[in-house]
Amino acid sequence: MNSEPADPATISDAVSADPKAPRPVRVATGDEHPVTSPLSVHDMTVAYHRKPVLWDVDFDAPAGSLIGMIGPNGAGKSTLLKAALDLIPKASGRVMVFGKPYRQQRHLVGYVPQRESVDWDFPVNALDVVAMGLYRRIGWCRMVSRRHKQSAMQALEQVGMADFAKRQISQLSGGQQQRVFLARALVQDASLYLMDEPFAGVDASTETAIVNILQTLRTAGKTVLVVHHDLHTVRDYFDQVILLNMRIVAHGPTDEIFTPDNLKKTYGGRLTLLDRAAHAIARQGET
Amino acid sequence: MDWTSLDTWIVITGVLSAMSCALVGNFLVLRKMSMMGDAISHAVLPGLAIAFLISSSRGSITMFIGAAIAGLITALFTQWIHKFGKVEESAAMGVTFTALFAIGLILIVRGADKVDLDPGCVLYGAIELVPLDTITFLSLTLPRAVWILGSVMLINILFTLVLYKELRLTCFDPALATTLGINANVMHYVTMTLVAITTVASFESVGSILVIAMLIVPASAAHLLTNRYGLMLAMSMIFAAVSAVLGHISAITVPTWLGFADTSTAGMIAVVAGLLFTCTMFFAPHQGILSKVWHRLRLSLRIASEDILGKLYRLEESTSDQPTLAQSAVFPANKWISRLARADLARTRKITRENNTYRLTEQGRFLAMQLVRSHRLWETYVAKHFDLEVDHLHDSAERTEHYITQTMQQDMIEELSHVKTDPHGKKIPDQPSSEDSIVDPKQKGGQA
Repeated sequence: MNSEPADPATISDAVSADPKAPRPVRVATGDEHPVTSPLSVHDMTVAYHRKPVLWDVDFDAPAGSLIGMIGPNGAGKSTLLKAALDLIPKASGRVMVFGKPYRQQRHLVGYVPQRESVDWDFPVNALDVVAMGLYRRIGWCRMVSRRHKQSAMQALEQVGMADFAKRQISQLSGGQQQRVFLARALVQDASLYLMDEPFAGVDASTETAIVNILQTLRTAGKTVLVVHHDLHTVRDYFDQVILLNMRIVAHGPTDEIFTPDNLKKTYGGRLTLLDRAAHAIARQGET
Repeated sequence: MDWTSLDTWIVITGVLSAMSCALVGNFLVLRKMSMMGDAISHAVLPGLAIAFLISSSRGSITMFIGAAIAGLITALFTQWIHKFGKVEESAAMGVTFTALFAIGLILIVRGADKVDLDPGCVLYGAIELVPLDTITFLSLTLPRAVWILGSVMLINILFTLVLYKELRLTCFDPALATTLGINANVMHYVTMTLVAITTVASFESVGSILVIAMLIVPASAAHLLTNRYGLMLAMSMIFAAVSAVLGHISAITVPTWLGFADTSTAGMIAVVAGLLFTCTMFFAPHQGILSKVWHRLRLSLRIASEDILGKLYRLEESTSDQPTLAQSAVFPANKWISRLARADLARTRKITRENNTYRLTEQGRFLAMQLVRSHRLWETYVAKHFDLEVDHLHDSAERTEHYITQTMQQDMIEELSHVKTDPHGKKIPDQPSSEDSIVDPKQKGGQA
């Protein structure tokens, strides 16, 4: 009845605490990438009209971590997520999810697109949108059953939106819309989540709610890669950072990587200019 | 009105054609690609012409294959030109379909001796001739167009029902659909192929221009009427059927009132659809113009009423021994909305009126206290958090007071550590526990 793809994971995995994550398959990849990583991007280059947007991006996401992807506007952060998910073509490179090509592992990956990417006047309510996360599990040509609606409802409760289940989505605030998107990802029960600016334009209470959910996901052994903008909160929210500006400037544990030096490299002259301004103002204050 | 079996068949053809178009039209409207209907309905022409030239027959199957291919090519070319030519999508569409349409016209004119395809008929259709061309299949003799349109409608309905949730997802969020393994691009091209087939099926009856109205108008109207996906699909089809029936009836009746012979049914269907859409725009329950005006009016009336109550309350506070308040003193701006508000307040017994003097009732005073309490709490709150002159506080409070709920009042009073007076030194009214316990600020038990 349920056409959910057979889960290869039967033996629990020492690396990942998530019991749903499949046991890594040992393949001789011929390079230094650990095959157990939830997400390995190998030498990925993406170009729009011959102009490269991402250049030779190469990283592994450690299992069970919250990863913040930071970089200036136009650094290619969203492009990286989309290219990894086969939504836009890659000029070169491979994306492996738990040691296998992404195409074979779609069911393990949850995606939260940018809120502006959809038409919020679309005639559906919050519950319908959340249930969309289950469509793969429900299977082609089958109806959304009451059981599916119940799990969608649970996801809405998790993000504190149960009271708005029947609300048409255009009548939700920006923060509420973002929570609905998050609930839709939760209901997918993925092992790896890619989120495109979930904190953009949300109110403080939604931001807290999202952070709590990210931490719950990490506790459950999931890996979450988040495109993020607010440099102030990076240290509080993420264990790992990827600093991106067309290329990966640096990636690794937040404590080691999130340094003024690396940020300057990532943001180029822009941050330096700000720094200089800050210095100037500070000196003025002293005299 | 002279109704014959011919009319019945014309109406049936019109209804089938309008409903098939309306159903696929929903996906164009929802994906904000309404222009694609326009493009495809024109661009199928070369497909048809080539199909005629190859098979030199009006055999339906060849026609549909030709149209489907042409439709698909339109959708593909539009995407490619948009992507690789760095051209805006609507411009890419314009380039593609005009070029294809022109090729089609040239082919028809060139091969005019070989094929009996009339360019005028392609543009405007000939629904009036439909009943004359019949086909017998399974011992049923029906007009050819009814067979064709019936099958197309069945295909469209099956497509929408079987792929109900997949279509909804790919229209709403193509990126998510693709990551879930439902390829939004494939779904898009399948839908566009269906649009092409539906368009061709409707050609003979309504032509390539009026078919656009049938694709877009019912779905747009339904979108205004409901915010549920399934209901939108159903309503668009009902809307289409009603337009078709009313369209034919108007085509044979309206011109006779003016002393002319009857007019084109296809044209009238489009006109009726347009009129019905205009009505929808005005009368739609939530998104209609009238409903919006009505809600705005209700809000203005509420604000005006509350302002009157607030004024009366403040006057009660300041005047020493006059329990009634003169009209002129209270309502300097004698705007119609203010008059309406006064009438409404008197009707609902919040104020009483005697010889142009007004006075609050118990019920009115209850509401007035709430409002003034909101006003003064807000002033105090703003004064605490922003470094503003005291005379800058009033305007903000005057606007905000109408939207402050009791919970917000409670939050503010707690944060302000139960302050008793506002920055102007005026007393913040206490929260009245119920309507009965209210006392006149000066005169205990003021009469109702």
